Amino acid sequence: MTGSPDLQSAGKHRGEGSLLPYGKVRSESEPAWKGQPYWAYIVALVILLMGLKVFLDADYDLARKNIFPGIWITIRSTFIAFGLALVISLIAGLGQISNNVVARNLSRAFIELIRGIPVLPLIFVLALVIIPDISKAAGAPNSVPNDLRAILALALIYGAYMAEIIRGGVQSIPRGQMEAGRSLGLSSGETMRSIIFPQAARAIIPPMANDFIAILKDTSLLSVLGVLEITRRTRQYSASSFKFPEAFFTMTFVYLVLVIGLSILLSMFERRFTRDRVGER
Amino acid sequence: MSPMIELRNVRKTFNKTIHAVAGVDLEVAEGEVVVIVGPSGSGKSTVLRCINLLEVPTSGDVIVDGKSLMDASTDLDEARAEMGMVFQGFNLFPHLTVLENITLAQKKVRGRDSAEAGRIAHEQLARVGIPEKADSYPRQLSGGQQQRVAIARSLAMNPKIMLFDEPTSALDPEMIKEVLDVIVELAATGMTMVVVTHEMGFARAAADRLVFIDEGVIVETGPPEDVFTNPQNERTKAFFDKILAY
Repeated sequence: MTGSPDLQSAGKHRGEGSLLPYGKVRSESEPAWKGQPYWAYIVALVILLMGLKVFLDADYDLARKNIFPGIWITIRSTFIAFGLALVISLIAGLGQISNNVVARNLSRAFIELIRGIPVLPLIFVLALVIIPDISKAAGAPNSVPNDLRAILALALIYGAYMAEIIRGGVQSIPRGQMEAGRSLGLSSGETMRSIIFPQAARAIIPPMANDFIAILKDTSLLSVLGVLEITRRTRQYSASSFKFPEAFFTMTFVYLVLVIGLSILLSMFERRFTRDRVGER
Repeated sequence: MSPMIELRNVRKTFNKTIHAVAGVDLEVAEGEVVVIVGPSGSGKSTVLRCINLLEVPTSGDVIVDGKSLMDASTDLDEARAEMGMVFQGFNLFPHLTVLENITLAQKKVRGRDSAEAGRIAHEQLARVGIPEKADSYPRQLSGGQQQRVAIARSLAMNPKIMLFDEPTSALDPEMIKEVLDVIVELAATGMTMVVVTHEMGFARAAADRLVFIDEGVIVETGPPEDVFTNPQNERTKAFFDKILAY
Protein backbone atom coordinates (compact mmCIF):
# COMPACT_ATOMS: atom_id res chain seq x y z
CA MET A 1 0.00 0.00 0.00
CA THR A 2 1.36 3.35 -0.95
CA GLY A 3 -1.39 5.45 0.51
CA SER A 4 -4.24 7.19 -1.19
CA PRO A 5 -3.71 7.07 -4.94
CA ASP A 6 -6.02 9.94 -5.80
CA LEU A 7 -4.07 12.25 -3.52
CA GLN A 8 -0.86 11.18 -5.21
CA SER A 9 -2.07 11.66 -8.72
CA ALA A 10 -3.64 14.97 -7.81
CA GLY A 11 -0.30 16.10 -6.46
CA LYS A 12 1.42 15.00 -9.63
CA HIS A 13 -1.07 16.90 -11.75
CA ARG A 14 -0.41 20.02 -9.78
CA GLY A 15 3.32 19.54 -10.13
CA GLU A 16 2.95 19.22 -13.89
CA GLY A 17 0.90 22.37 -14.06
CA SER A 18 -2.50 20.70 -14.28
CA LEU A 19 -5.38 22.88 -15.31
CA LEU A 20 -7.21 21.75 -12.15
CA PRO A 21 -6.42 24.15 -9.35
CA TYR A 22 -7.57 21.77 -6.57
CA GLY A 23 -5.41 19.95 -4.04
CA LYS A 24 -7.58 16.86 -4.05
CA VAL A 25 -9.53 15.63 -7.05
CA ARG A 26 -12.81 13.78 -6.82
CA SER A 27 -12.22 10.33 -8.21
CA GLU A 28 -14.57 7.62 -9.32
CA SER A 29 -12.29 4.77 -8.34
CA GLU A 30 -12.06 3.90 -4.66
CA PRO A 31 -8.64 3.41 -3.09
CA ALA A 32 -7.79 -0.28 -2.82
CA TRP A 33 -7.87 -0.42 0.98
CA LYS A 34 -11.57 0.47 0.99
CA GLY A 35 -12.48 -2.64 -1.00
CA GLN A 36 -10.97 -5.15 1.44
CA PRO A 37 -13.40 -7.69 3.00
CA TYR A 38 -12.78 -6.53 6.57
CA TRP A 39 -16.01 -8.17 7.68
CA ALA A 40 -14.51 -11.56 6.80
CA TYR A 41 -11.36 -10.77 8.77
CA ILE A 42 -13.50 -9.86 11.79
CA VAL A 43 -15.53 -13.07 11.51
CA ALA A 44 -12.37 -15.16 11.14
CA LEU A 45 -10.82 -13.44 14.15
CA VAL A 46 -13.91 -14.05 16.30
CA ILE A 47 -13.95 -17.74 15.31
CA LEU A 48 -10.24 -18.01 16.05
CA LEU A 49 -10.56 -16.44 19.50
CA MET A 50 -13.58 -18.61 20.31
CA GLY A 51 -11.71 -21.67 19.13
CA LEU A 52 -8.68 -20.86 21.29
CA LYS A 53 -10.95 -20.63 24.30
CA VAL A 54 -12.89 -23.81 23.54
CA PHE A 55 -9.87 -25.93 22.69
CA LEU A 56 -7.22 -24.60 25.10
CA ASP A 57 -9.16 -23.78 28.26
CA ALA A 58 -9.13 -26.80 30.61
CA ASP A 59 -12.60 -25.88 31.90
CA TYR A 60 -13.94 -26.68 28.45
CA ASP A 61 -12.55 -30.21 28.24
CA LEU A 62 -15.71 -31.88 29.49
CA ALA A 63 -17.99 -29.59 27.48
CA ARG A 64 -16.14 -30.56 24.31
CA LYS A 65 -16.27 -34.23 25.19
CA ASN A 66 -20.01 -34.12 25.83
CA ILE A 67 -21.13 -31.82 23.03
CA PHE A 68 -18.90 -32.72 20.06
CA PRO A 69 -20.48 -36.16 19.46
CA GLY A 70 -23.66 -34.22 18.55
CA ILE A 71 -21.91 -32.60 15.57
CA TRP A 72 -22.22 -35.73 13.47
CA ILE A 73 -25.91 -36.12 14.37
CA THR A 74 -26.55 -32.48 13.45
CA ILE A 75 -24.78 -32.80 10.11
CA ARG A 76 -26.47 -36.07 9.29
CA SER A 77 -29.91 -34.71 10.20
CA THR A 78 -29.28 -31.61 8.08
CA PHE A 79 -28.34 -33.54 4.96
CA ILE A 80 -31.11 -36.12 5.25
CA ALA A 81 -33.71 -33.41 5.94
CA PHE A 82 -32.50 -31.30 3.02
CA GLY A 83 -32.45 -34.27 0.65
CA LEU A 84 -35.99 -35.25 1.56
CA ALA A 85 -37.15 -31.62 1.48
CA LEU A 86 -35.72 -31.28 -2.03
CA VAL A 87 -37.78 -34.23 -3.27
CA ILE A 88 -40.93 -32.98 -1.51
CA SER A 89 -40.43 -29.47 -2.86
CA LEU A 90 -40.04 -30.72 -6.43
CA ILE A 91 -43.27 -32.67 -6.18
CA ALA A 92 -45.25 -29.90 -4.45
CA GLY A 93 -43.66 -27.07 -6.45
CA LEU A 94 -44.28 -28.63 -9.84
CA GLY A 95 -47.64 -29.90 -8.62
CA GLN A 96 -48.69 -26.32 -8.03
CA ILE A 97 -48.11 -25.32 -11.63
CA SER A 98 -49.31 -28.55 -13.21
CA ASN A 99 -52.39 -28.70 -15.38
CA ASN A 100 -53.77 -31.51 -13.26
CA VAL A 101 -56.52 -30.12 -11.00
CA VAL A 102 -55.98 -32.69 -8.25
CA ALA A 103 -52.19 -32.23 -8.13
CA ARG A 104 -52.51 -28.46 -8.20
CA ASN A 105 -54.98 -28.24 -5.35
CA LEU A 106 -53.36 -30.87 -3.14
CA SER A 107 -49.97 -29.16 -3.50
CA ARG A 108 -51.42 -25.77 -2.73
CA ALA A 109 -53.28 -27.10 0.33
CA PHE A 110 -50.16 -28.85 1.67
CA ILE A 111 -48.07 -25.71 1.31
CA GLU A 112 -50.65 -23.39 2.84
CA LEU A 113 -51.24 -25.69 5.81
CA ILE A 114 -47.53 -26.05 6.58
CA ARG A 115 -46.84 -22.36 6.13
CA GLY A 116 -49.74 -21.52 8.40
CA ILE A 117 -48.18 -23.13 11.50
CA PRO A 118 -44.96 -22.10 13.32
CA VAL A 119 -42.06 -24.52 12.98
CA LEU A 120 -41.75 -25.69 16.58
CA PRO A 121 -45.43 -26.61 17.15
CA LEU A 122 -45.44 -28.24 13.74
CA ILE A 123 -42.44 -30.40 14.60
CA PHE A 124 -44.23 -31.57 17.73
CA VAL A 125 -47.46 -32.39 15.98
CA LEU A 126 -45.86 -34.03 12.94
CA ALA A 127 -43.38 -36.15 14.87
CA LEU A 128 -45.56 -37.03 17.86
CA VAL A 129 -49.07 -37.14 16.42
CA ILE A 130 -49.38 -37.30 12.67
CA ILE A 131 -46.52 -39.57 11.64
CA PRO A 132 -47.24 -42.10 14.47
CA ASP A 133 -50.93 -42.05 13.52
CA ILE A 134 -50.09 -42.71 9.89
CA SER A 135 -47.78 -45.60 10.75
CA LYS A 136 -50.47 -46.98 13.06
CA ALA A 137 -53.10 -46.68 10.34
CA ALA A 138 -50.71 -48.45 7.98
CA GLY A 139 -50.70 -51.36 10.41
CA ALA A 140 -47.15 -50.84 11.69
CA PRO A 141 -47.29 -48.81 14.90
CA ASN A 142 -44.00 -47.35 16.14
CA SER A 143 -42.34 -48.45 12.93
CA VAL A 144 -40.62 -45.10 12.40
CA PRO A 145 -37.80 -44.47 14.90
CA ASN A 146 -37.88 -41.25 16.87
CA ASP A 147 -34.93 -39.55 15.18
CA LEU A 148 -36.29 -40.26 11.74
CA ARG A 149 -39.72 -38.91 12.67
CA ALA A 150 -38.10 -35.69 13.81
CA ILE A 151 -36.09 -35.40 10.60
CA LEU A 152 -39.15 -36.21 8.50
CA ALA A 153 -41.06 -33.43 10.24
CA LEU A 154 -38.31 -30.94 9.39
CA ALA A 155 -38.20 -32.21 5.81
CA LEU A 156 -41.95 -31.79 5.34
CA ILE A 157 -41.82 -28.24 6.67
CA TYR A 158 -38.90 -27.17 4.52
CA GLY A 159 -40.31 -29.12 1.58
CA ALA A 160 -43.29 -26.78 1.64
CA TYR A 161 -41.09 -23.67 1.92
CA MET A 162 -38.82 -24.82 -0.88
CA ALA A 163 -41.77 -25.72 -3.11
CA GLU A 164 -42.46 -22.00 -3.36
CA ILE A 165 -38.89 -21.45 -4.51
CA ILE A 166 -39.27 -24.07 -7.23
CA ARG A 167 -42.57 -22.60 -8.38
CA GLY A 168 -41.21 -19.07 -8.39
CA GLY A 169 -38.10 -20.14 -10.29
CA VAL A 170 -40.03 -21.95 -13.00
CA GLN A 171 -42.56 -19.13 -13.32
CA SER A 172 -39.78 -16.57 -13.67
CA ILE A 173 -38.98 -18.01 -17.10
CA PRO A 174 -40.92 -16.17 -19.84
CA ARG A 175 -43.81 -18.07 -21.41
CA GLY A 176 -42.22 -17.74 -24.82
CA GLN A 177 -39.54 -20.26 -23.83
CA MET A 178 -42.11 -22.99 -23.31
CA GLU A 179 -43.90 -21.94 -26.52
CA ALA A 180 -40.68 -22.05 -28.52
CA GLY A 181 -39.91 -25.52 -27.19
CA ARG A 182 -43.38 -26.84 -27.86
CA SER A 183 -43.55 -25.34 -31.34
CA LEU A 184 -40.36 -27.25 -32.21
CA GLY A 185 -42.17 -30.46 -31.34
CA LEU A 186 -40.59 -31.03 -27.93
CA SER A 187 -42.92 -32.53 -25.33
CA SER A 188 -43.73 -30.44 -22.28
CA GLY A 189 -41.56 -32.69 -20.08
CA GLU A 190 -38.63 -32.42 -22.47
CA THR A 191 -39.06 -28.64 -22.70
CA MET A 192 -39.03 -28.48 -18.89
CA ARG A 193 -35.85 -30.56 -18.67
CA SER A 194 -33.85 -29.01 -21.48
CA ILE A 195 -35.08 -25.43 -21.53
CA ILE A 196 -36.98 -24.31 -18.44
CA PHE A 197 -35.06 -26.00 -15.59
CA PRO A 198 -31.55 -25.05 -16.68
CA GLN A 199 -32.65 -21.42 -16.75
CA ALA A 200 -34.77 -21.62 -13.60
CA ALA A 201 -31.80 -23.07 -11.69
CA ARG A 202 -30.21 -19.63 -11.61
CA ALA A 203 -33.21 -18.31 -9.72
CA ILE A 204 -33.67 -21.43 -7.61
CA ILE A 205 -30.19 -22.23 -6.32
CA PRO A 206 -29.46 -19.11 -4.19
CA PRO A 207 -32.67 -19.25 -2.08
CA MET A 208 -32.33 -23.04 -1.87
CA ALA A 209 -28.84 -22.61 -0.42
CA ASN A 210 -30.37 -20.20 2.05
CA ASP A 211 -32.88 -22.82 3.16
CA PHE A 212 -30.14 -25.43 3.39
CA ILE A 213 -28.44 -23.24 6.00
CA ALA A 214 -31.78 -22.57 7.70
CA ILE A 215 -32.30 -26.34 8.02
CA LEU A 216 -28.88 -26.70 9.63
CA LYS A 217 -29.84 -24.06 12.20
CA ASP A 218 -33.30 -25.53 12.74
CA THR A 219 -31.96 -28.99 13.54
CA SER A 220 -31.50 -27.43 16.97
CA LEU A 221 -35.29 -27.66 17.28
CA LEU A 222 -35.01 -31.44 17.06
CA SER A 223 -33.55 -31.29 20.57
CA VAL A 224 -37.09 -30.98 21.93
CA LEU A 225 -37.81 -34.46 20.57
CA GLY A 226 -34.76 -35.97 22.20
CA VAL A 227 -32.54 -36.20 19.15
CA LEU A 228 -29.00 -36.20 20.56
CA GLU A 229 -27.70 -33.39 18.40
CA ILE A 230 -25.63 -30.41 19.52
CA THR A 231 -28.30 -28.45 21.37
CA ARG A 232 -29.71 -31.50 23.16
CA ARG A 233 -26.28 -32.57 24.35
CA THR A 234 -25.48 -29.04 25.48
CA ARG A 235 -28.61 -28.88 27.60
CA GLN A 236 -27.98 -32.31 29.10
CA TYR A 237 -24.38 -31.51 29.94
CA SER A 238 -25.11 -28.06 31.36
CA ALA A 239 -28.02 -29.30 33.46
CA SER A 240 -25.99 -32.09 35.00
CA SER A 241 -22.71 -30.20 35.49
CA PHE A 242 -23.98 -26.65 36.07
CA LYS A 243 -21.24 -25.50 33.67
CA PHE A 244 -23.66 -23.32 31.74
CA PRO A 245 -21.19 -20.75 30.37
CA GLU A 246 -18.79 -23.40 29.08
CA ALA A 247 -21.61 -25.48 27.58
CA PHE A 248 -23.40 -22.63 25.79
CA PHE A 249 -20.20 -21.03 24.57
CA THR A 250 -19.01 -24.32 23.09
CA MET A 251 -22.40 -24.90 21.45
CA THR A 252 -22.37 -21.44 19.90
CA PHE A 253 -18.86 -21.96 18.59
CA VAL A 254 -19.77 -25.28 17.00
CA TYR A 255 -22.86 -23.86 15.26
CA LEU A 256 -20.93 -20.84 14.01
CA VAL A 257 -18.23 -23.03 12.46
CA LEU A 258 -20.80 -25.38 10.91
CA VAL A 259 -22.95 -22.59 9.46
CA ILE A 260 -20.03 -20.57 8.11
CA GLY A 261 -18.48 -23.74 6.71
CA LEU A 262 -21.69 -24.71 4.93
CA SER A 263 -22.13 -21.16 3.63
CA ILE A 264 -18.68 -21.24 2.07
CA LEU A 265 -19.34 -24.65 0.51
CA LEU A 266 -22.69 -23.53 -0.88
CA SER A 267 -21.41 -20.26 -2.26
CA MET A 268 -18.70 -22.18 -4.12
CA PHE A 269 -21.38 -24.46 -5.55
CA GLU A 270 -23.59 -21.50 -6.34
CA ARG A 271 -20.86 -19.72 -8.22
CA ARG A 272 -20.30 -22.80 -10.34
CA PHE A 273 -23.92 -23.11 -11.34
CA THR A 274 -25.07 -19.55 -11.58
CA ARG A 275 -22.03 -17.79 -12.97
CA ASP A 276 -22.48 -15.81 -16.12
CA ARG A 277 -21.24 -17.70 -19.05
CA VAL A 278 -20.09 -15.44 -21.85
CA GLY A 279 -22.98 -13.44 -23.21
CA GLU A 280 -25.56 -15.38 -21.32
CA ARG A 281 -28.27 -13.57 -19.44
CA MET B 1 -55.70 -31.35 -53.88
CA SER B 2 -56.59 -30.84 -50.26
CA PRO B 3 -55.14 -27.75 -48.60
CA MET B 4 -52.05 -27.89 -46.40
CA ILE B 5 -53.74 -25.88 -43.65
CA GLU B 6 -57.46 -25.63 -43.11
CA LEU B 7 -59.22 -23.66 -40.39
CA ARG B 8 -62.91 -24.45 -40.09
CA ASN B 9 -65.07 -21.95 -38.23
CA VAL B 10 -62.33 -21.45 -35.63
CA ARG B 11 -63.34 -19.45 -32.57
CA LYS B 12 -61.20 -18.46 -29.63
CA THR B 13 -62.74 -16.83 -26.59
CA PHE B 14 -60.69 -15.61 -23.62
CA ASN B 15 -62.28 -15.43 -20.17
CA LYS B 16 -65.63 -16.38 -21.74
CA THR B 17 -66.20 -12.77 -22.85
CA ILE B 18 -63.41 -11.67 -25.17
CA HIS B 19 -63.94 -13.04 -28.66
CA ALA B 20 -60.43 -12.85 -30.07
CA VAL B 21 -61.28 -15.04 -33.02
CA ALA B 22 -64.94 -15.10 -33.98
CA GLY B 23 -65.35 -17.75 -36.63
CA VAL B 24 -62.49 -17.93 -39.12
CA ASP B 25 -62.37 -20.16 -42.19
CA LEU B 26 -59.03 -20.23 -43.95
CA GLU B 27 -57.42 -22.57 -46.41
CA VAL B 28 -53.76 -22.45 -47.32
CA ALA B 29 -52.60 -24.55 -50.25
CA GLU B 30 -49.25 -26.29 -50.37
CA GLY B 31 -46.56 -23.81 -51.36
CA GLU B 32 -48.83 -20.84 -50.85
CA VAL B 33 -47.66 -17.74 -49.00
CA VAL B 34 -50.47 -16.12 -47.06
CA VAL B 35 -49.91 -12.81 -45.33
CA ILE B 36 -52.31 -11.78 -42.58
CA VAL B 37 -52.70 -8.08 -41.82
CA GLY B 38 -55.03 -6.12 -39.62
CA PRO B 39 -55.19 -3.57 -36.81
CA SER B 40 -53.63 -4.46 -33.45
CA GLY B 41 -55.95 -6.48 -31.29
CA SER B 42 -57.79 -7.75 -34.34
CA GLY B 43 -57.01 -11.38 -33.53
CA LYS B 44 -54.54 -12.02 -36.35
CA SER B 45 -51.83 -13.42 -34.07
CA THR B 46 -54.37 -15.60 -32.30
CA VAL B 47 -55.46 -17.04 -35.64
CA LEU B 48 -51.83 -17.88 -36.42
CA ARG B 49 -51.28 -19.43 -33.01
CA CYS B 50 -54.38 -21.58 -33.52
CA ILE B 51 -52.71 -23.21 -36.53
CA ASN B 52 -50.15 -25.05 -34.37
CA LEU B 53 -52.47 -25.09 -31.38
CA LEU B 54 -50.32 -22.85 -29.19
CA GLU B 55 -53.81 -21.46 -28.63
CA VAL B 56 -56.38 -24.21 -28.47
CA PRO B 57 -59.48 -22.97 -30.28
CA THR B 58 -62.64 -22.75 -28.18
CA SER B 59 -64.48 -24.36 -31.07
CA GLY B 60 -63.95 -25.24 -34.71
CA ASP B 61 -61.41 -27.48 -36.35
CA VAL B 62 -57.78 -27.13 -37.42
CA ILE B 63 -56.64 -29.54 -40.12
CA VAL B 64 -52.97 -29.61 -41.05
CA ASP B 65 -51.64 -31.90 -43.75
CA GLY B 66 -54.84 -33.95 -43.62
CA LYS B 67 -54.91 -34.43 -39.84
CA SER B 68 -57.24 -32.71 -37.42
CA LEU B 69 -55.24 -31.23 -34.55
CA MET B 70 -58.43 -30.95 -32.50
CA ASP B 71 -58.72 -34.72 -32.61
CA ALA B 72 -57.32 -35.87 -29.26
CA SER B 73 -55.73 -38.92 -30.90
CA THR B 74 -53.49 -36.78 -33.12
CA ASP B 75 -49.92 -36.53 -31.80
CA LEU B 76 -49.51 -32.79 -31.34
CA ASP B 77 -45.75 -32.88 -30.83
CA GLU B 78 -45.36 -34.75 -34.10
CA ALA B 79 -47.63 -32.28 -35.90
CA ARG B 80 -45.82 -29.28 -34.45
CA ALA B 81 -42.45 -30.61 -35.58
CA GLU B 82 -43.74 -30.15 -39.14
CA MET B 83 -44.62 -26.50 -38.49
CA GLY B 84 -41.83 -24.05 -37.80
CA MET B 85 -42.84 -21.01 -35.82
CA VAL B 86 -41.00 -17.69 -35.60
CA PHE B 87 -42.03 -15.33 -32.82
CA GLN B 88 -42.03 -11.58 -32.49
CA GLY B 89 -39.72 -11.85 -29.45
CA PHE B 90 -37.38 -14.46 -31.06
CA ASN B 91 -37.61 -16.79 -28.02
CA LEU B 92 -34.13 -18.19 -28.47
CA PHE B 93 -32.92 -20.28 -25.53
CA PRO B 94 -30.56 -17.89 -23.72
CA HIS B 95 -28.65 -20.61 -21.85
CA LEU B 96 -27.64 -22.38 -25.06
CA THR B 97 -25.28 -21.34 -27.84
CA VAL B 98 -26.65 -20.63 -31.29
CA LEU B 99 -25.54 -24.08 -32.40
CA GLU B 100 -27.18 -25.76 -29.40
CA ASN B 101 -30.35 -23.75 -30.02
CA ILE B 102 -30.54 -25.20 -33.52
CA THR B 103 -29.52 -28.78 -32.70
CA LEU B 104 -31.60 -29.39 -29.55
CA ALA B 105 -34.93 -30.25 -31.17
CA GLN B 106 -33.23 -31.97 -34.11
CA LYS B 107 -31.69 -34.42 -31.66
CA LYS B 108 -34.64 -34.81 -29.28
CA VAL B 109 -37.46 -34.81 -31.83
CA ARG B 110 -35.89 -35.93 -35.10
CA GLY B 111 -33.47 -38.33 -33.45
CA ARG B 112 -30.47 -37.05 -35.36
CA ASP B 113 -27.00 -37.58 -33.93
CA SER B 114 -24.83 -34.62 -32.94
CA ALA B 115 -22.75 -34.70 -36.09
CA GLU B 116 -25.72 -34.65 -38.43
CA ALA B 117 -27.64 -32.08 -36.39
CA GLY B 118 -24.54 -29.89 -36.30
CA ARG B 119 -24.03 -30.19 -40.04
CA ILE B 120 -27.63 -29.19 -40.71
CA ALA B 121 -27.39 -26.34 -38.21
CA HIS B 122 -24.33 -24.95 -40.01
CA GLU B 123 -26.13 -25.25 -43.34
CA GLN B 124 -29.10 -23.31 -42.05
CA LEU B 125 -26.91 -20.67 -40.42
CA ALA B 126 -25.16 -20.18 -43.75
CA ARG B 127 -28.55 -19.92 -45.43
CA VAL B 128 -29.66 -17.09 -43.11
CA GLY B 129 -26.28 -15.39 -43.58
CA ILE B 130 -24.59 -15.75 -40.19
CA PRO B 131 -22.43 -18.89 -40.43
CA GLU B 132 -19.84 -17.37 -38.08
CA LYS B 133 -22.19 -17.08 -35.10
CA ALA B 134 -22.56 -20.77 -34.25
CA ASP B 135 -20.70 -20.54 -30.96
CA SER B 136 -22.16 -17.23 -29.81
CA TYR B 137 -24.84 -16.91 -27.19
CA PRO B 138 -28.11 -15.22 -28.19
CA ARG B 139 -27.32 -12.19 -26.01
CA GLN B 140 -24.25 -11.46 -28.08
CA LEU B 141 -26.30 -11.06 -31.25
CA SER B 142 -28.30 -8.15 -32.59
CA GLY B 143 -32.06 -8.50 -32.81
CA GLY B 144 -31.90 -9.16 -36.54
CA GLN B 145 -29.29 -11.86 -36.06
CA GLN B 146 -31.31 -13.44 -33.26
CA GLN B 147 -34.38 -13.58 -35.44
CA ARG B 148 -32.39 -15.18 -38.23
CA VAL B 149 -31.14 -17.82 -35.79
CA ALA B 150 -34.76 -18.44 -34.80
CA ILE B 151 -35.61 -18.96 -38.47
CA ALA B 152 -32.64 -21.31 -38.89
CA ARG B 153 -33.73 -23.21 -35.79
CA SER B 154 -37.15 -23.82 -37.31
CA LEU B 155 -35.83 -24.65 -40.78
CA ALA B 156 -33.41 -27.21 -39.37
CA MET B 157 -36.42 -29.36 -38.48
CA ASN B 158 -37.32 -29.55 -42.20
CA PRO B 159 -40.86 -28.35 -41.59
CA LYS B 160 -43.58 -28.47 -44.23
CA ILE B 161 -45.02 -25.17 -43.02
CA MET B 162 -43.52 -21.99 -41.59
CA LEU B 163 -45.55 -19.66 -39.38
CA PHE B 164 -44.30 -16.13 -38.69
CA ASP B 165 -45.84 -14.06 -35.90
CA GLU B 166 -44.85 -10.43 -36.54
CA PRO B 167 -41.23 -11.46 -37.11
CA THR B 168 -39.93 -7.90 -37.55
CA SER B 169 -42.06 -5.98 -35.05
CA ALA B 170 -39.44 -6.09 -32.29
CA LEU B 171 -36.55 -5.10 -34.56
CA ASP B 172 -34.76 -1.83 -35.04
CA PRO B 173 -35.56 -0.40 -38.48
CA GLU B 174 -32.13 -1.10 -39.94
CA MET B 175 -32.45 -4.79 -39.13
CA ILE B 176 -35.87 -5.38 -40.63
CA LYS B 177 -34.56 -5.83 -44.14
CA GLU B 178 -32.03 -8.54 -43.28
CA VAL B 179 -34.82 -10.64 -41.74
CA LEU B 180 -37.36 -9.95 -44.49
CA ASP B 181 -34.74 -10.89 -47.11
CA VAL B 182 -34.47 -14.32 -45.53
CA ILE B 183 -38.25 -14.73 -45.42
CA VAL B 184 -38.72 -13.59 -49.03
CA GLU B 185 -36.02 -15.99 -50.14
CA LEU B 186 -37.75 -18.77 -48.25
CA ALA B 187 -41.09 -17.91 -49.87
CA ALA B 188 -39.46 -18.31 -53.27
CA THR B 189 -38.48 -21.91 -52.47
CA GLY B 190 -42.10 -23.00 -52.37
CA MET B 191 -42.46 -23.29 -48.62
CA THR B 192 -46.03 -23.09 -47.34
CA MET B 193 -46.08 -19.99 -45.18
CA VAL B 194 -48.45 -17.92 -43.08
CA VAL B 195 -47.05 -14.56 -42.03
CA VAL B 196 -48.61 -12.04 -39.68
CA THR B 197 -46.97 -8.69 -40.29
CA HIS B 198 -47.28 -4.93 -40.52
CA GLU B 199 -44.76 -4.74 -43.35
CA MET B 200 -46.93 -3.89 -46.34
CA GLY B 201 -43.99 -3.70 -48.72
CA PHE B 202 -43.09 -7.24 -47.76
CA ALA B 203 -46.71 -8.37 -48.20
CA ARG B 204 -46.72 -6.90 -51.69
CA ALA B 205 -43.43 -8.59 -52.58
CA ALA B 206 -43.93 -12.04 -51.11
CA ALA B 207 -47.60 -12.79 -50.60
CA ASP B 208 -49.64 -14.96 -52.94
CA ARG B 209 -52.67 -13.91 -50.96
CA LEU B 210 -53.43 -11.20 -48.47
CA VAL B 211 -55.90 -11.75 -45.66
CA PHE B 212 -57.30 -8.76 -43.80
CA ILE B 213 -58.61 -9.56 -40.33
CA ASP B 214 -60.55 -7.22 -38.07
CA GLU B 215 -62.45 -7.93 -34.85
CA GLY B 216 -61.73 -11.62 -35.07
CA VAL B 217 -63.10 -12.27 -38.55
CA ILE B 218 -61.66 -12.32 -42.05
CA VAL B 219 -62.99 -9.16 -43.65
CA GLU B 220 -61.35 -9.44 -47.03
CA THR B 221 -58.93 -11.66 -48.86
CA GLY B 222 -57.30 -11.66 -52.28
CA PRO B 223 -54.09 -10.99 -54.21
CA PRO B 224 -52.17 -8.27 -52.34
CA GLU B 225 -52.23 -5.77 -55.21
CA ASP B 226 -56.02 -5.99 -55.47
CA VAL B 227 -56.61 -5.63 -51.76
CA PHE B 228 -54.19 -2.73 -51.48
CA THR B 229 -55.40 -0.71 -54.42
CA ASN B 230 -59.01 -1.70 -54.65
CA PRO B 231 -60.38 -2.83 -51.27
CA GLN B 232 -64.01 -3.90 -51.44
CA ASN B 233 -64.83 -3.50 -47.78
CA GLU B 234 -65.10 -0.19 -45.91
CA ARG B 235 -63.05 -1.42 -42.97
CA THR B 236 -60.27 -2.65 -45.22
CA LYS B 237 -60.27 0.66 -47.03
CA ALA B 238 -60.12 2.62 -43.76
CA PHE B 239 -57.20 0.48 -42.53
CA PHE B 240 -55.10 0.90 -45.65
CA ASP B 241 -55.93 4.59 -45.87
CA LYS B 242 -54.34 4.97 -42.46
CA ILE B 243 -51.26 2.81 -42.85
CA LEU B 244 -50.44 3.49 -46.48
CA ALA B 245 -50.68 7.27 -46.05
CA TYR B 246 -46.89 7.66 -45.75
